[in-house]
Amino acid sequence: MKKEKINKDKSIRISSVKLALKHDKVAVVSLILLGIIILFALLAPFLPMEPNATDIANRLKEPSFAHWFGTDEVGRDYFARVIYGGRVSLIVAFLAMLTSLTIGVAAGTIAGLSGGIIDMVLMRFVDILHSIPWMVLVTVVSIFLNPGIQSIIIVIGLFTWMEIARLVRAETLSLKEREFILYAGFSGVGTWKIIISHIIPSVFPTIIVAATTSIADAIMMESSLSFLGVGIQQPMSSWGSLLQNAQGTMQNSFHMALIPGLLIIITIFAFNKLGNLLRVYVEPKVMSGEKE
Amino acid sequence: MARYILKRILTAIPMVFLITVLCFALMHFAPYDAIDAMTTPKMSQETINLIKAKYGYDQPVYVQYIRWLDGIMNGNFGYSIVTKQSIASDLAVRLPNTVKLVLPAYLTAYFLAVVLGLLAGANKNKRTDKIIDAISSVGIAVPSFWFAMLLIFALGYKLKILPIVGMHAVGKESSIADFLKHFIMPFLTLTVSFMPANIKYVRSSTLTQFSEDYVMVQRAFGATKSEIMFKHVCKNVLLPVVTRFGMAFRLLITGSIITETVFSWPGVGPYFIKAIQGMDYPIVMIILVLSSTMVILGNLFSDILYCLIDPRIKEMG
Repeated sequence: MKKEKINKDKSIRISSVKLALKHDKVAVVSLILLGIIILFALLAPFLPMEPNATDIANRLKEPSFAHWFGTDEVGRDYFARVIYGGRVSLIVAFLAMLTSLTIGVAAGTIAGLSGGIIDMVLMRFVDILHSIPWMVLVTVVSIFLNPGIQSIIIVIGLFTWMEIARLVRAETLSLKEREFILYAGFSGVGTWKIIISHIIPSVFPTIIVAATTSIADAIMMESSLSFLGVGIQQPMSSWGSLLQNAQGTMQNSFHMALIPGLLIIITIFAFNKLGNLLRVYVEPKVMSGEKE
Repeated sequence: MARYILKRILTAIPMVFLITVLCFALMHFAPYDAIDAMTTPKMSQETINLIKAKYGYDQPVYVQYIRWLDGIMNGNFGYSIVTKQSIASDLAVRLPNTVKLVLPAYLTAYFLAVVLGLLAGANKNKRTDKIIDAISSVGIAVPSFWFAMLLIFALGYKLKILPIVGMHAVGKESSIADFLKHFIMPFLTLTVSFMPANIKYVRSSTLTQFSEDYVMVQRAFGATKSEIMFKHVCKNVLLPVVTRFGMAFRLLITGSIITETVFSWPGVGPYFIKAIQGMDYPIVMIILVLSSTMVILGNLFSDILYCLIDPRIKEMG
């Protein structure tokens, strides 16, 4: 009986996602493109291409059959550069999202559950971090770390968890009053056990939706920082640093500036769409409110 | 209401204070400090001590902090390590340039966002709404520096109608026409980057308003769509929109770091990025403190404005 209900519930959710997809062809296309981008990024090391092999004789070539996206100013295959750049951008975004989610969920549940002084201190801390414009905060903290891919992941992850912490805290506060949590508390289940086996599963939908937004934001942040020259450093490249590089040769090889930008747009757009779809899945009501 | 405003102001003060402490601590524990920048390895310990004493770095940390804070309060922001220039006078030149760029761009973006957002919200799921929503969804995903590059390529390189760097051509510092030519591209870039999120905000609050009961009641009494729109919905949508103006405060200092850097606009942005790259701590600290203070002041302004124009909050006070 209960299982039947769950199955029915699930099918409603899936059909509302299907309905949402049917109304939104652009979302379908962007998700397929995102899948292709991720696939290329994952498989890059197994593909027959070399992003760092220079060939001065063939520099700044237009796109051709041998070099799909042409070559850059020292004759490196731009298609390989773009694929490896995407790999870096996506790895940074994914790990930064994980960092930010971990801190946000931990801070949110702890603040919500413990209340009192711990809650106050944590939330004031969130307020303060929130008051510093992210661009300023992130660039300042990057001074402390050796430039490289690890520091950019840490920097983005460390300063984007505040919104998630607020969301999770709000949900924890209302969960705390529900019978099953109260009962677990009375029967002597430890705080950690309550967090792990009750609170986190209940806030999971919120976390998943927040994760997609967080990835999209992280991609934008990483590319902005790399574009300004305070992010990913040579010889490694990301979409942002490729664009920084393309500034110099833009007049003649415009495609070098065009391609990484389009890929950033597609990726961020697709992650935002994915977030909307997950929101429809998590709370089918959203959907019924949107379409009459 | 006065009590609410007073309470809001009183909670803002410790926030600003804590931010100054945080900034100072960050800079104090930084791996490379102002003394390293002013000394060379060849100097004797004695000379180094003299330099330390001259700039007050031999004092205990809290004394240094109080002196620094006292300086900021009196408008003495200290000196750049790299150029030895007064930061206050540098900012006095650069800040107006940033404001000249950000303020018109923000106002334009805001105005367009309100118009487009209301238009989309009023025509839910129709073609107009779909187009506007698509524009804002794509707009959110567009990196502003990439849009700037497109503009530079099209208007600067190909059509050759606009200059691509700076604020004035050499020798034409007082020509308004020349300023406007330099102004167009950064202005467009900023407007386009501020707009999409605001369109989404206005659109979704318009949608919420249209689903309220009062709209149904109005309809039941035979009010036309435009009557409902202009007499009721607009009012309720614009209320939070106006108070969101407070959020623009921070943009006046650091709202266009990227755009200014791309176009070499002589504002706060390139100044800040150069300071970061040159580890010019005093400059970085001041900008950190100023921009965070603007955020807090902006939020304070929003809350007070909301309280003044929304009667429901007045009663709560």
